[in-house]
Amino acid sequence: MSIVKRFLAAAGLLLAVAAAPAHAALKVLACEPEWGALVQELGGPLVDVAVATTAMQDPHQIQAKPSLIARTRNADLVVCTGAELEVGWLPVLLQQSGNARVQAGQPGNFAAADYVRKLEIPTSVDRSQGDVHAAGNPHIQTDPRNIGTVAVALAARLQQVDAANAAQYAQRATAFQQKWQAAVARWTQQAAPLRGVPVVSQHKGYVYLYDWLGIKEVAVLEPKPGVEPSAAHLQEVLATLKATPARMVIYSAYQDSRPAEWLGKNAGIAVVKIPFTVGGTDGAKDLFGLFDDTVARLLAGASPK
Amino acid sequence: MDSSWRSAGLVLCLAAGSAVAQPASDTQSLRREIDAMKADYEQRIKALEQRLQAAEDAQKAQPPTAAPATAAAPGAPLPPTAIAPPPQPVPSAQASTQSLLETSLILSGQYTRTSRDPADYRIRGFSLPPDAQIGPGTRGFSLAESELALTANIDPWFRGQANIAFEPDNSVSIEEAYVQTTSLGNGLTLKAGRFFSSVGYLNSQHAHTWDFADAPLAYQAMLGTQFNDDGLQVAWLAPTDQFFEIRGELGRGRSYPGTDSNRNGAGMSAISAHTGGDIGESQSWRAGLSYLNAKATNQDLSAFDPVGNPITNSFSGSTNVWIADAVWKWAPNGNATRTNFKLQGEYLHATRDGSLVADTTGAASSGSYRQAQSGWYLQGVYQFMPRWRVGLRTERLGYGTPDYGANAGLVGLDSGSPSKQTLMVDWNPSEFSRWRVQVAQDRARPGNPDWQWTLQYQMSLGVHGAHSY
Repeated sequence: MSIVKRFLAAAGLLLAVAAAPAHAALKVLACEPEWGALVQELGGPLVDVAVATTAMQDPHQIQAKPSLIARTRNADLVVCTGAELEVGWLPVLLQQSGNARVQAGQPGNFAAADYVRKLEIPTSVDRSQGDVHAAGNPHIQTDPRNIGTVAVALAARLQQVDAANAAQYAQRATAFQQKWQAAVARWTQQAAPLRGVPVVSQHKGYVYLYDWLGIKEVAVLEPKPGVEPSAAHLQEVLATLKATPARMVIYSAYQDSRPAEWLGKNAGIAVVKIPFTVGGTDGAKDLFGLFDDTVARLLAGASPK
Repeated sequence: MDSSWRSAGLVLCLAAGSAVAQPASDTQSLRREIDAMKADYEQRIKALEQRLQAAEDAQKAQPPTAAPATAAAPGAPLPPTAIAPPPQPVPSAQASTQSLLETSLILSGQYTRTSRDPADYRIRGFSLPPDAQIGPGTRGFSLAESELALTANIDPWFRGQANIAFEPDNSVSIEEAYVQTTSLGNGLTLKAGRFFSSVGYLNSQHAHTWDFADAPLAYQAMLGTQFNDDGLQVAWLAPTDQFFEIRGELGRGRSYPGTDSNRNGAGMSAISAHTGGDIGESQSWRAGLSYLNAKATNQDLSAFDPVGNPITNSFSGSTNVWIADAVWKWAPNGNATRTNFKLQGEYLHATRDGSLVADTTGAASSGSYRQAQSGWYLQGVYQFMPRWRVGLRTERLGYGTPDYGANAGLVGLDSGSPSKQTLMVDWNPSEFSRWRVQVAQDRARPGNPDWQWTLQYQMSLGVHGAHSY
């Protein structure tokens, strides 16, 4: 009898522990570091954020590993880029999570790219063109104006999912927008000398950045999106640069630096590593640092030696 | 307050639903669209300003004690009426990419060269059905298994998937065809139909995602190469930060080690438990333990008599298979694009227990039968540079001493342990294509080793494949 009682007590305790998170912070799983940072800005102590990837990882090439399945299982809200960036792994996470709240179409499923105007939407999708995304280029986070737009939608979503704290989210969102808009104006002004500067990119990952700052992309090191740069293609790019010179070659923190360095050396142009997302460089500690550092690195690369 | 948020959510949902496809845009229509959006937003901001003003006036008019009780936060929260409706998703110019039915086609073919004739392939010590798909298959050029996969959400509650395999001999088989729930919550997922059992690590993966061209000997000898069945599965994922999952299955038991038969109950039951996680940023792992029970009735098994003539025995009884599996993956900083390493191993232990009719066309003598079998494989696959991987697999089987009871003198016995060493190199021009060369030294049969060379391609068409772990 006492064993039964003890078992019941233990079961009760377990249930209490399991029920406890109902009053705890909103559990958010962000697919990429930039959205993790944004949720943190908008939610502060109200949210408990886990980030699925780091700035050192290629967001296309992630596997649905056990730790991510476990985090999806417990999430109240999943915040991802969308636009097929996570097409290889997010659907698997959602399927295996057994979590009804975060399935596509539910309030707990937020895709940032749904709220911004996408660029490079292909007229037709054919894999002979490489790993093109039918929904358009998914790397929307390289333009801070997109972050601002997404922040509005995300704040609304946080209020919807965690209605009890809606007022606090609204307040935090207003405060963030004020700070962010001022920062965007500052970055735009600082980056004015970059307008019209010709560059080479390693991956077609910066179309929004270029759109924002008026930078001109003259060549790409990957022969097709998602296809690793080959020696032959690098030679072609080098030949292209003889006719249309570029000021610098840009690659992201998570990418192999060797193709960019090879081109930099052979074409005699600056090689610029940009953080691409929060955590990509020491300076990119948060969203503000991300663009402080990106703009600073681009300006340094563009300045004549 | 609550209800207004709910209605805000409804507005959002409706907005999401209205994001319908639009025709491909040229610059002019894009500009028109943007202008229209601009005007629309300006109008909305004006309306919001008016509402805000009205709300502020209303608040001023109210006595301070009438502040809503829900306003626990310090400072004056905006009254709900003053908050902008949630932003609407931007309609994109693309035709809808999420079609109602997602299709993918795997095309695969191979060239096989073996030093011994595949026709007399068998795994010594393991008495298997005459139609068991074991060994290197046919020599020369052949179409390997090509597969059509169809997937879609059925409605808000169910999702369906079918995998139709086209065999090289022009036959078609249903590998998987199941429906599963998407909205049960609490970590629960129910599956019904035909599906690969979740026992072990490799079993639930489709052949084209394997790191070698063929299944390990242990799978060929104890799970009928890959165990799939018609039935039900319930999966439960624990609400913990550590991954812990249990899957239970009940099925017909239609394939080896079971047999299709005329019974109302379940011919197969299985349970598997898996756990896993990360070690720092660069490593991840998963390990598990599974159990499978399958019932067989009059299952034909190839064997030979004491002088070596082939005979067929008929087995009726139960088979229990235990599987321990583990996989460990490493990639610098968790970025597998350039280099990565994957180590995986499984150990299988099967006991077959029941009655056996020895030499059904000859002596047809009944007796008891019991045999404990085991086997393991260990493999490592290393991507040493982008696109290129090399893999090594080593494996060994053991079959103990079969107990044929009263039939002891009628069935011949094997000696020596089956083993196999396999080396594989593959080249992946993109995520969607692969070329592979594999060479194996196969000692499953008695006598000289069989040298098996395989040159294989596997291509994926259609929807983007899943990056399963």
